[in-house]
Amino acid sequence: MLHTVNKSSFERNSLKSCLNTIDDTSVILLIEDGVISAAKNTNASMIADLAAQGRVYALQGDVEARGISSKLADNIKLVDYAGFVDLVVEHGTAVSWV
Amino acid sequence: MATKKFIYLNRRSSFGTVYAIESLEVVLIAAAFEQDVSLAFIDDGVYQIVEGQNADGIGMKNFSKTFHALGDYDINKLYVSAESLEERGLSADDLMPLVYEDEDDDWVEKPSIKVVSNVKLSKIMSEQDVCLSF
Amino acid sequence: MKISIQINEGPYQHQASDTAYQFAKAAIKKGHEIFRVFFYHDGVNNASRFTLPPQDDRNVVNQWAKLGIKNVDGEPELVVCIAAALRRGMLDESEASKNGIDANNIHPAFRISGLGQLIEAGIQSDRLVVFGD
Repeated sequence: MLHTVNKSSFERNSLKSCLNTIDDTSVILLIEDGVISAAKNTNASMIADLAAQGRVYALQGDVEARGISSKLADNIKLVDYAGFVDLVVEHGTAVSWV
Repeated sequence: MATKKFIYLNRRSSFGTVYAIESLEVVLIAAAFEQDVSLAFIDDGVYQIVEGQNADGIGMKNFSKTFHALGDYDINKLYVSAESLEERGLSADDLMPLVYEDEDDDWVEKPSIKVVSNVKLSKIMSEQDVCLSF
Repeated sequence: MKISIQINEGPYQHQASDTAYQFAKAAIKKGHEIFRVFFYHDGVNNASRFTLPPQDDRNVVNQWAKLGIKNVDGEPELVVCIAAALRRGMLDESEASKNGIDANNIHPAFRISGLGQLIEAGIQSDRLVVFGD
């Protein structure tokens, strides 16, 4: 499955809830304010293990728009909108933690 | 028409935003399509099915009673996160006694609500074809 | 692949509609079919033909309209939930006249229909992606 999280973990518990119910093969895509959780020295520690397994993506446009490109935590994979589409196609059911 | 597994992900309480009631409206329509329907109540979504909601004081429509009708539409898989309940000081006893009649078991009345761990919920979610989030 | 989209928020207040639009555009460019975009909750406001954003900003409604998402019969597949729309004062010509209201505001690239269209999109599509608050 592909889980999308669009809220900063400073504002809402969406990322935490997603992590509570994610299975061993699913991946996470951070979009919109969700990318704030991908910045170094923030709540990115929540997703460090998953990121190390190559299972955390962030939407590049949203990362750049928020000025955090140079501050990304380790192992976060950036994708553009075409990459977002590919993730939806490859990972089956999409779950949005709106 | 093909049958797919639909899950409705409810994470917000009943009245603060419109999501809860409009989610329930979709679920009621979905019943007519004879799909496999499950509802998940996570985070503040658990408050949607708490017993004893009274909206008289806020001038809004109390739609919580509509949940009682779901059993008649063969919607009888309401999964509630045990961890979300516990975090809010709630237990299964605080939820509405929602039931359905099991046609495969001589129409015995059975509870529709199943309190499950997040681990179990993760397994249930991974079996779904479509996830509608509200 | 056949992909459908559900949008829960209106234009400008939330990024949801913008993200969904960029996603839809990218999907079409990659050769996928957007089977249907279903506008629900405040998302119905994306269908107003009366929005007037400043000239240096994007026009969210027109962006959707220009994608030209239609079915084989040429009907728009930008579908606005009727219950959510009527509740929020979004009416097409037929609903306006039915309810004795002297104006309508649904952009012609969109159409109003029932919630069943969302379920049907879920059944008919290979994927359904939700964008919201």
